[in-house]
Amino acid sequence: MSWIPATDADRQEMLEVIGVDSIDDLFTSIPPSLRMKGWNMPPGMSEMNVRRHLSELAARNQAGAVSFLGGGYYDHYIPAAVDALSSRSEFYTAYTPYQPECSQGTLQSIYEYQSVMCRLTGLDYANASLYDGGTAVFEAAMMAMRITRRRRIVVHKSVNPRYREMLATHSAHVDAEIVNGKDPKDAACVIVQNPGFLGTVRDFGYLSERCRAAGALLVVVFYPISLGLLKTPGEMGADISVAEGQSLGLPLGFGGPYLGVMTVRKEHVRKMPGRIAGMTYDREGRRGFVLTLQAREQHIRREKAMSNICSNQALCALRALIYLSLLGPSGLREVAAACHAKAEHLKQQLAFAETLNNGPTFNEFAVRLKKDARQVVRILLQRGIHAGLPLADVGAGEANDLLIAVTEKRTRAELDALAQALEEVSCS
Amino acid sequence: MQLIFDKSRPGRRAITWDNLDVTEKTGLPAECLRMVPPALPELGELDVVRHFTRLSQRNVGIDDTFYPLGSCTMKYNPKIAEVAAAQPGFAGLHPHLSSSESYWETCQGALELVYELERLLAEIAGMEASSLQPIAGAHGELTGALLMAAYHRDRGHAHKDTIIVPDSAHGTNPASAVVAGFKVVEVPSDANGQINLDKFRAAMTDNVAGIMLTCPNTHGLFEEQVQEIAKAAHAVDALLYYDGANLNAIIGQCRPGDLGFDVMHYNLHKTFATPHGMGGPGCGPVGVAKRLVPYLPGPRVVKRDAGFALVIPEKSIGRVAAFFGNFLIAVRAYAYLRYYGDEGLKDISRVAVLNANYIHARLKEAFKPAFDGRFMHECLFSAVPQAEHGVHAMDIAKALLDYGFHAPTVYFPLTVKECLMIEPTETESKETLDQFCDAMLDIAERAIHDPEALQTAPTSTPVGRLDEVRAARELNCACL
Repeated sequence: MSWIPATDADRQEMLEVIGVDSIDDLFTSIPPSLRMKGWNMPPGMSEMNVRRHLSELAARNQAGAVSFLGGGYYDHYIPAAVDALSSRSEFYTAYTPYQPECSQGTLQSIYEYQSVMCRLTGLDYANASLYDGGTAVFEAAMMAMRITRRRRIVVHKSVNPRYREMLATHSAHVDAEIVNGKDPKDAACVIVQNPGFLGTVRDFGYLSERCRAAGALLVVVFYPISLGLLKTPGEMGADISVAEGQSLGLPLGFGGPYLGVMTVRKEHVRKMPGRIAGMTYDREGRRGFVLTLQAREQHIRREKAMSNICSNQALCALRALIYLSLLGPSGLREVAAACHAKAEHLKQQLAFAETLNNGPTFNEFAVRLKKDARQVVRILLQRGIHAGLPLADVGAGEANDLLIAVTEKRTRAELDALAQALEEVSCS
Repeated sequence: MQLIFDKSRPGRRAITWDNLDVTEKTGLPAECLRMVPPALPELGELDVVRHFTRLSQRNVGIDDTFYPLGSCTMKYNPKIAEVAAAQPGFAGLHPHLSSSESYWETCQGALELVYELERLLAEIAGMEASSLQPIAGAHGELTGALLMAAYHRDRGHAHKDTIIVPDSAHGTNPASAVVAGFKVVEVPSDANGQINLDKFRAAMTDNVAGIMLTCPNTHGLFEEQVQEIAKAAHAVDALLYYDGANLNAIIGQCRPGDLGFDVMHYNLHKTFATPHGMGGPGCGPVGVAKRLVPYLPGPRVVKRDAGFALVIPEKSIGRVAAFFGNFLIAVRAYAYLRYYGDEGLKDISRVAVLNANYIHARLKEAFKPAFDGRFMHECLFSAVPQAEHGVHAMDIAKALLDYGFHAPTVYFPLTVKECLMIEPTETESKETLDQFCDAMLDIAERAIHDPEALQTAPTSTPVGRLDEVRAARELNCACL
């Protein structure tokens, strides 16, 4: 096999040095009765054939449609330099920086990632990333329980239903009580999302006062691109902010790999889960970076660790850092403004449909059509349009409700085509 | 090297957008807007490209050099897998296309890949089924622990509140068990590096819900009493969990399901060669025996006449990921698996074990093997004899950097003093192994005659040994 370089001659020489006759002699510690009898495994393929097979599978997906799907995951433009730089093998074939002297690229990039996330969210400390948005919500809830020594987790209606499901699954056997609402009384935390799952923009600043008075923490789930325009979690008085970082230069990829972002107020840093890179110096006074505060983590604390998380999504965090470095403050504001303006344009064109948002929206909004949204979606599929997410399918609305997202990639012609098609189909 | 923020110049930029083709306006009230723009760096594209290119040059990866990090299976990451995952038909696919049946026809290729990979992973491990949802190895462990908890809750086993973990286990095992609501009892290893069977039996009460084992264990040794352990577990309806960290040692030789394991996780970033990405993204699917299938995370992909569809298992623990876990990592693993196929997969473990034993044979006089038994895919040494000259495992690790190699894992597992844990994997040639062994033998000589030089290594890296105490004390983890 081309990825196994050992020739027959190599194998023979090595066996002689080891002092055994055959490779099988190296497996004698496996009781013979336990050796595999057989398996149903296809034969191997050439590289060409692997490519052919995988291309064929990829071709049976309709990724190139004009998409208005959002629901927490967005089709943003990814500048070419993000792929070019993050596909450098010194990054993607390295592992956890256990030897910091030969991992300064990893460690400095994590430090810079942590810095941009703090600057973006207006909070003091970030970790080196968590798995994704949903697990970050769970970790934030567990962190709030550690800090407050309370067990009630209050989840506001604005939070993505997928995150709620993941929170429920992960905390099923933890001593926690998950309730809906926004009442901080006796709560470890109140979790809110801005913009909300249906796209509504709110200012949760008033809740931070209430939370503080009640001894609860405020956890704000944010959409990174929206922070080009919108009030930050820090400005709202959040104790912890978390996000799905996919919108920051990560491909949609049918669900991952994504990026769990977490930033916190200063006083909570030692209760934060996940890796953290910190600045330090060598004996000659040269600046460098290491993983720090490791006494919180599972490889030291084992069953007493802050979390069971071991790895992070370092390569995804690197992509987010590169993306934000390319955009800068003006680029981020412009992309956010474009998403918002285009969504407002589409909303105007869709005046015939009832909107479900009871406040302003950023780049996503929900409408109630005159027909079943699933049927409408099927019809628009034939026109090469992914019209949006039928809300009944994610347990967040009724049969006729559709969630529509707009990014900077959508042109005015595409917006108008969607509006026209929706009017034809849902009003006919 | 400067921080990216030091290179920022007001007004410089790297990105242009389409001219706005709709009227620019905002429906957003002032109280909802941020007061000051984020202080992101302002750079040209070439500034950004140079910065990250230079950062990359301060790293080493598998493509640069031998990376014998024990327990991490740092094998070559094939380029064809990267090409496969980068295809727009996968990379550009919106995950909510799986959320509504109206869209299922748009993602049949992706659903087929999930279905096929889950099936093949189950077959490889002798399991009934698997789920790609868990996002990383530790997340797979947590999912497995949640499955064990759901199983016992369903059967009314309220008293089963304990998970047994050997002292040689990865730290994630006890940490994951705790998140799933279990108490953890640690069982010691014996002098031969095997689980202490007497102590295990003493801990094996009716309260035990499960036992988490790594096999071969983190000593690099096959747990030869695995059958007895399985029997004792199943006698009280406790479940046996297989930590797949070391699956590379046995793939195609024996299967966890045949050994009596009920639930497990795979590390696609280890055994199936997906890139480690500086610490992630990984991918940690779970596999289960028949009796745990109803509890698997949902939804699951099923094959119907009309095509691939999604269903929620009857007693599902729910979603552990929003969709199918790290799908693009799964695409890479699938490409890898199909490339090797039946015979190729069997050769992986054969050569991984051959390579580890070759290193052991060449180094066993100069370094003290941690155990007398037959090592499998990794070999462990104790640097206690070198430490008598003042040269510790860490010094050996740092010295190796100056020879151009990445270091092995050191000080893990905690059961071995001054531990050096060397895992070569099957993708390294004999020449590379020889060069590495020559370097190790040279270090062993120098430990006797010139320990000071080793204590100040590395000298060839961009920075020398860094002050970790100062990092924690002066805590600076963001430039604000």
